[in-house]
Amino acid sequence: MANTAELTHAELDNIIDPPALVQGKDDLASITDTVCNVAENKPPRAWYIAFLISLGVLGMLGASIVYLVITGVGVWGNNQPVAWGWPIVNFVFWVGIGHAGTLISAVLYLFRQGWRTGINRFAEAMTIFAVICAGMFPAIHVGRIWVIYWVFPIPNQMALWPNFRSPLLWDVFAVSTYFSVSLLFWYMGMVPDLASLRDRAKKKMSRLLYGIFALGWTGANRQWHRYERVYLLLAALATPLVLSVHSVVSFDFATSQLPGWHTTILPPYFVAGAIFSGFAMVVTLAVPARALFGLRNLITMRHLELMNKVILATGLMVGYAYAMEFFISWYSGNKYEGFAFVNRAFGSYAWAYWIMVSCNVLVPQIFWFKRFRRSIPVMFVISIFVNIGMWFERFVIVVTSLNRDFLPSSWHYFSPTYVDFATLIGSFGLFLTLFLLFCRFLPQVAIAEVKLQTPHAHAHHGDDH
Amino acid sequence: MSNNSSAELHGIIAEYHTVEEILAAAETVREAGYTRWDCHTPMPVHGLDRAMGVRETRLPWVVLIAGLTGGGLGVLMQWWMNAIDYNYRISGKPDWSLPANIPVAFETTVLFAAFAAFFAMWIANGLPRWFNPLSRNARFARATDDRFFVAIQASDPMFDQDATAAMLSSSGAHAVETVEEPDETSRPPAVFRGAVWSLVSLAMLPLFLVAMARYNTSDKPRVHLVPDMDFAKRIKAQAVSDLFADGRGTRPPVAGTFALEDMEAVGADPAYYTGKLGDSFVTDFPLEVTPELMQRGQERFGIYCAVCHGDDGRGKGMVAQRAAVLSPATWVAPTDLHTQPVVDLASGQLFDSISNGVRNMPGYSSQISYQDRWAIVLYTRALQRSQAASAQDIPEGVNLR
Repeated sequence: MANTAELTHAELDNIIDPPALVQGKDDLASITDTVCNVAENKPPRAWYIAFLISLGVLGMLGASIVYLVITGVGVWGNNQPVAWGWPIVNFVFWVGIGHAGTLISAVLYLFRQGWRTGINRFAEAMTIFAVICAGMFPAIHVGRIWVIYWVFPIPNQMALWPNFRSPLLWDVFAVSTYFSVSLLFWYMGMVPDLASLRDRAKKKMSRLLYGIFALGWTGANRQWHRYERVYLLLAALATPLVLSVHSVVSFDFATSQLPGWHTTILPPYFVAGAIFSGFAMVVTLAVPARALFGLRNLITMRHLELMNKVILATGLMVGYAYAMEFFISWYSGNKYEGFAFVNRAFGSYAWAYWIMVSCNVLVPQIFWFKRFRRSIPVMFVISIFVNIGMWFERFVIVVTSLNRDFLPSSWHYFSPTYVDFATLIGSFGLFLTLFLLFCRFLPQVAIAEVKLQTPHAHAHHGDDH
Repeated sequence: MSNNSSAELHGIIAEYHTVEEILAAAETVREAGYTRWDCHTPMPVHGLDRAMGVRETRLPWVVLIAGLTGGGLGVLMQWWMNAIDYNYRISGKPDWSLPANIPVAFETTVLFAAFAAFFAMWIANGLPRWFNPLSRNARFARATDDRFFVAIQASDPMFDQDATAAMLSSSGAHAVETVEEPDETSRPPAVFRGAVWSLVSLAMLPLFLVAMARYNTSDKPRVHLVPDMDFAKRIKAQAVSDLFADGRGTRPPVAGTFALEDMEAVGADPAYYTGKLGDSFVTDFPLEVTPELMQRGQERFGIYCAVCHGDDGRGKGMVAQRAAVLSPATWVAPTDLHTQPVVDLASGQLFDSISNGVRNMPGYSSQISYQDRWAIVLYTRALQRSQAASAQDIPEGVNLR
């Protein structure tokens, strides 16, 4: 701060002593009540409506996958030279969405950012469901899904092993490791909260089910001791893992010899984009959920504003990457590289490129203003814009680099079919169905971790420290 | 304090309301010398480890060893699969190069370490546990909500029901209660156990079937779950096929097809189609000679002939030059089209050579149409003329550089 005299008292207070992470009644029992009531009470009517719609859209996904499997990948718009098409666009989109969950839960944990506790459970659930959506796309894209086990190193009837030099195989390992580790991390964090639900359960069935998944947790300190140590270790393992996953996804492109893909900036650029899109998705989900389930005191305006700041920062990073790609393609003096980028911005898909730039670089700049960072409608709309922009980013990378390849005679304008649309929209149905089930039956906020952020968790909290 | 001595005693619990209280109580219990006891709190309470004298866990070492094992196995797996058991020979790359194997080895490192951390933590914590005697106490349910408990087990060597209870009461506890050992309710209900065992058995079934198929032989055709192209709709001669509207598997020849023997019967010109009339080769062109035909011939010559015979027809094409280097002993050089015997050949014979081949040269009848073969013959004639030209042949007005 250059000049503190310009700051108002309120602003100064905010910097020295930011608002508490738990607003309203912050005693331990109220926190348990707020979170557990969501799972114990009947959900609001909006939940039923949303669930029915999601279930319908999920049905559409199922139908389009069945149609795809019994007919073949020809039902999609994929064709030479754009053989990757929407399935890979959707794969990268969804796997990127997932990364904010790990970032919030693991990276911010390592950096001791207390504000993560309000949203980490939420974001981790988002990770799990987004990775499920992501993993589905390469699986159905292989065409003959019944031999998908060929990608795993298990003995098969042809005495063949997978080719470990292929980045596509690295993807198999990276994404499946990411999914398993995220699932462990998510579940482990949830066990103490499931125990809370178990101990409050009135009905025998919910007591039994929560009891099974709570594994007999009683909050013994000798158990907390090992639990916390392992939680820290998992966070430390998940942090390089999340970076490796999106780097490996970018290797699918970067290690190929195609202008527009063959660049070393791709791994960091992909990771920044993943965090960007993931945080936007957390905001998109958190804004309605905190209103719907009465979690405003746990997912506070401070949480949302901090996430908007991350969106602004990572948005600038992807903007930098877009600019740097152009600079490098000019600086390299490689005319094919140059053509690929001029074609991106001014070729047949210029419309997609400029949607991407507007949504990802221009629109988030509004978050420089505190008023908009703290406005619920503004942040909701912007988070949707970022989601759209990041989908288009992957579309631009995949399609514009392929559609005008080395041989002008095979240039081809890629157009999706209605099955492409049904599959993409349907994947949102899968995601939202899982997410709504999570909101309904599981603790949406990490109860024990939020309690740790209150003054009640620390000795001598009356002292001025 | 309730005192029900009919059942065996499990231990004593004491309830506290704040972090300060539980920390103070923990120090009291530790200083009294108890060893089989614990504090139960709704969230981790920092400082409690020191107050209780809990030693640092050795789990990080387990995780480190598991991670190293995962990384090592990852490298070993890739080395065995790609460098030893099944080599991928791609673009002359080495069978084994570590950099390409780092991403997968990294992932297996993280995978093993994370699984080891997760499972070792639960095992060390003695969980999952179907039943905990402490859960029989109604107060204790708030251990996962907003209350703090000290639980001392009856099996502790220091344990004395009255003395221990008194000590806990004096440590500031809001309530002190005894907890009895569980009876037969500590076992999962039979239905639950039955369900788990049936699920486990059912899960083994596919593996069992695979193993059975793997180690047995059968004279029955294999099961085609997905037919792939095992049953392609191929056409058998003289058989019915539903691939065509007329239902005939054997297709009639396309319209205008005739047998060579019937050439004259259908009114076709043998000179045009074979380059021969009777037994002798024709010398004239059986089609109209035009500049377009000449240009067509030049283009086709460039495509089909020049790779061996050379653009100038002297037999120094790229293929010929390369083959002469690679296998000088066996290579029969292509004919120089400007030698006198070739110049003297009848046009019909050149046509015949293109159609049916000569010596090393294969026939091109399947690749070049009749008219294009004549066009090539025409261009060859022009080429021969141009290579044997003198200054007088240059037309007026053409400027020689």
